[in-house]
Amino acid sequence: MRKWTRVWVLACLVVGILTGAAMAQEIVVGLNVELTGSIPVVGQSSRNGAQLAVDQVNAAGGLEVGGRRYTVRLVVEDNEDDAASAVAATTKLITQNQVVAVIGPNASRNAIPAAQIAENWRTPLISPWSTNPTTTAGKRYVFRAAFIDDFQGEVVAAFARNNLGAQTAAVLFDIASEYNKGIAEIFRSSFEALGGRVVAWETYTTGDRDFSSQLTNIRAANPDVLFLPNYYSEVPLQVQQARRLGIGARILGSDSWGSAELLTLGGADMEGLFFTTHYAPDIATPVAREFISAYEARYGNTPDDVAALTYDSMQLLFQALQKAGRVDREAVRNALASITDFEGVTGSMRFEGTGDPVKSAVIIQIRDGKFTYYDSVAP
Amino acid sequence: MQVQTSWISRWAVPLLVVAGFAVAWAIPRYQLINPYYELILMYVGINIMLTVSLNLVNGYMGEFSVGHAGFMAVGAYVASVLTMRVIPWDMAGYLYPLALIGGGIGAGVVALLVAIPSFRTRGDYLALVTLALNMIVKSVIENIDAVGGPRGFLVMLRLTNLPWVYVWVIVTLWVIRNFIYSNAGRGVLAIREDEVAAELIGVRTREVKLRAFIISAFFAGVAGGLYAHLLQFIHPRNFDILKSTEILIMVYLGGIGSMMGSVLGASIFTVLLEALRFMGVWRMALAPLLLVVLMILRPTGIMGLKEWRGLIPLDERLRLWRLRARKGGSASAAGN
Repeated sequence: MRKWTRVWVLACLVVGILTGAAMAQEIVVGLNVELTGSIPVVGQSSRNGAQLAVDQVNAAGGLEVGGRRYTVRLVVEDNEDDAASAVAATTKLITQNQVVAVIGPNASRNAIPAAQIAENWRTPLISPWSTNPTTTAGKRYVFRAAFIDDFQGEVVAAFARNNLGAQTAAVLFDIASEYNKGIAEIFRSSFEALGGRVVAWETYTTGDRDFSSQLTNIRAANPDVLFLPNYYSEVPLQVQQARRLGIGARILGSDSWGSAELLTLGGADMEGLFFTTHYAPDIATPVAREFISAYEARYGNTPDDVAALTYDSMQLLFQALQKAGRVDREAVRNALASITDFEGVTGSMRFEGTGDPVKSAVIIQIRDGKFTYYDSVAP
Repeated sequence: MQVQTSWISRWAVPLLVVAGFAVAWAIPRYQLINPYYELILMYVGINIMLTVSLNLVNGYMGEFSVGHAGFMAVGAYVASVLTMRVIPWDMAGYLYPLALIGGGIGAGVVALLVAIPSFRTRGDYLALVTLALNMIVKSVIENIDAVGGPRGFLVMLRLTNLPWVYVWVIVTLWVIRNFIYSNAGRGVLAIREDEVAAELIGVRTREVKLRAFIISAFFAGVAGGLYAHLLQFIHPRNFDILKSTEILIMVYLGGIGSMMGSVLGASIFTVLLEALRFMGVWRMALAPLLLVVLMILRPTGIMGLKEWRGLIPLDERLRLWRLRARKGGSASAAGN
C-alpha cells in the first residue's frame, strides 16, 4: 500500500538522522539553554558567553589537562524553555555526545528536572542562572554559578534596614512566578527578623498591566520602602503607576531588573532606585574588564548577567578540569566541589560542600540613566 | 455467508502486543538501546496517550476541546501527591499504578465538573470553556502552596519506565477502541454527524458526551502522572496552552477519527522534533511548516477517518467484510 511505503520512508529518514559520532583528543562540553520559548534572550546571551570562553581557550592552543592539550568542543542544545525538552537535551548530551559536563539550563523550572538527570548519570552540571535552592539541594553533581534567592532576599532586607534605615516595607510581586514569590517571601522573613515591619503584601499575575488597586493599598500603608522583585518588563509600569499615585517610598529591586530595557521603558522615574545583582560593569576587576571588552568586540553589545555567569560557569569547569588532571566526570566533580579560589567575572567564588557558591552580591543604583555600582555585600 | 477468519487475522494483533511488551521490558533490563532513545520512546508513549484521548473528543465526537493539558496537569499533580504524600515510601513502587489511576480519576472528576455546565455549548463555545479550564487549572495550582505553587513540585521517585508506559499505551488504545465500537461509541459518531438527528434516533446525547469526555480526561490524567514520574519535577507552566496546542497539532497531524492516525501523529511529531535537533533553532520553524504543507496536501491528516485493520475489533472487521462482499467490493475496507 502506498501510504505505508510513505510511512516507512519517513521512519528510515528519522533513524538515519539520529546517528552521530564522537571524536577523541578533544573535550566535549554540553550547553543546554533556552534558545526558543519565552526567554530566548537568556539563551542567546548564555550561548554567546559559553562560545566566547571556548573560543578563547582554543585560540590559546587548547586546554592543558594532565600534561596533554585538548581542544574544547561545545555542543549546543536548545531546550525550548520546556522541562521535557530540557531533560531530553541533557540525556542526549550525556549519553550521545558523551560530554564531560553540562552547562545549563538557566531557568529553574528547566534546571531542576535536568539536574536530576545529571545526578542519575553522575555527570557534573553547572547552571549559570538558576537561583531556586531545589536545583542543587541534596545533589552531588550539580553546581550553580549564581547565588540563590535566599541570599538576595536577605541582602535587600539588610540593605533596606541598615543602609536606608527603613522601618516599614511593602512588597508587590508576581505570584505566578516562582522567582518573584521566592524572593518576596525571603525578604519578608529577613526584614522582620531584622526588626522591620512588612505593612503591605500585594500580588498580581504575569501579564497584568494595571496595578492601581494594589498600589492604592500600599499607599494607605505608607511604607518606607517598596520592594518590587519583578521582571524588567513590568517594573517600569509599576514604578510609574506608584509615583502617579503619590507613593514616595524608596523603591528596591532584585537581579531581574538587570536589563537595559528597564531604563528605556522607565526613563526618569527610575532615577535613584536600587537593586541587587551579580556583577557591575563599572567596578570591574581585570578579569571582568577583559571579558567585557572581548564580548563587546565580538557581539557588539554589553554582556548581561547571564552571559557573565555562563562565562564563569565555563571557566569554573576549565579550572576543575585542569585541577582534576584528567577528563573524567567523577574527577571533575570532585575538583569542582573543592574549588576555593576562583576569580570570575561575577566576583570571587568558592564551594563549601554544596553546589551553591559562596560569592558576593553587588548593589546597583540607577544614576543619570545608567546602572552605577553602589556597594558590595559579602555573605 | 459464513466468513472463515484466518489464524493470522485472529492472533496477529494480540501477538504483536505481547511481543511489544517483551521488547519494552527487555530494553531497560538489558540496556539494548541508548538511554536517550529510550527516553524519546517514553515521550512518544505519553504523547500517544494524550493524542488518542483527545482524538476521542475532537475527532470521533467532533467537538473542539483545546484544554487537554489542564486534565494532564490535574493527573500529574494528583498522582504525584499520592506517591509523595499518601502512599508509604517503600510501597510507592508497587502501588504506582493505583497512583496513576488516582490521577486519572482526579482528571475525570474535573472533566465531569466542566462537562455539566458546558453541555449546552458546542463548537467554538466548548473551545472557550476548555481554554478557560486550562487557565483555571494552571492558576489554581500556582496558588496551592502545598504542592509548591509557582515553585513547582518535586517528585522524588522516577517510577515511570518503558514497560509501564507501554502497558498504559496499550490500555488506552484498548479501552478507547472498545468504547468507540460499543453502542455508546456509535452514539459518539452520530453526535459528530448531527447532534439533533442523533437525539431523534434515540441516542442519549448527554450521557454519551459525558462518557466520552470523562474517558478522554481520564487517560490525559494518567499520561500526566506518567509524565510527572518521568521528569521528577512538575511546574504549572509545563501544562499551559502551548502544551494543549502541541497535543492538538499531533491529533490533526495524525488525522481525526483514527487511532492509528493519533499513534502516527504523536510518534512522528515527537521523534521529528528530537531528530531535527541538529538544525538548532530552525527546527521550531520547520515543524509548523511541515504541518502547513501536510494540511495542504492532506487536509484530513495522515490517516483522517481511516483506521488500521489491527485496531478494529475482529467482529467489526467481519461485518465490514461481509458488507463489502454484498456490495461487490465497492465499500471501503476500513473506516466508519
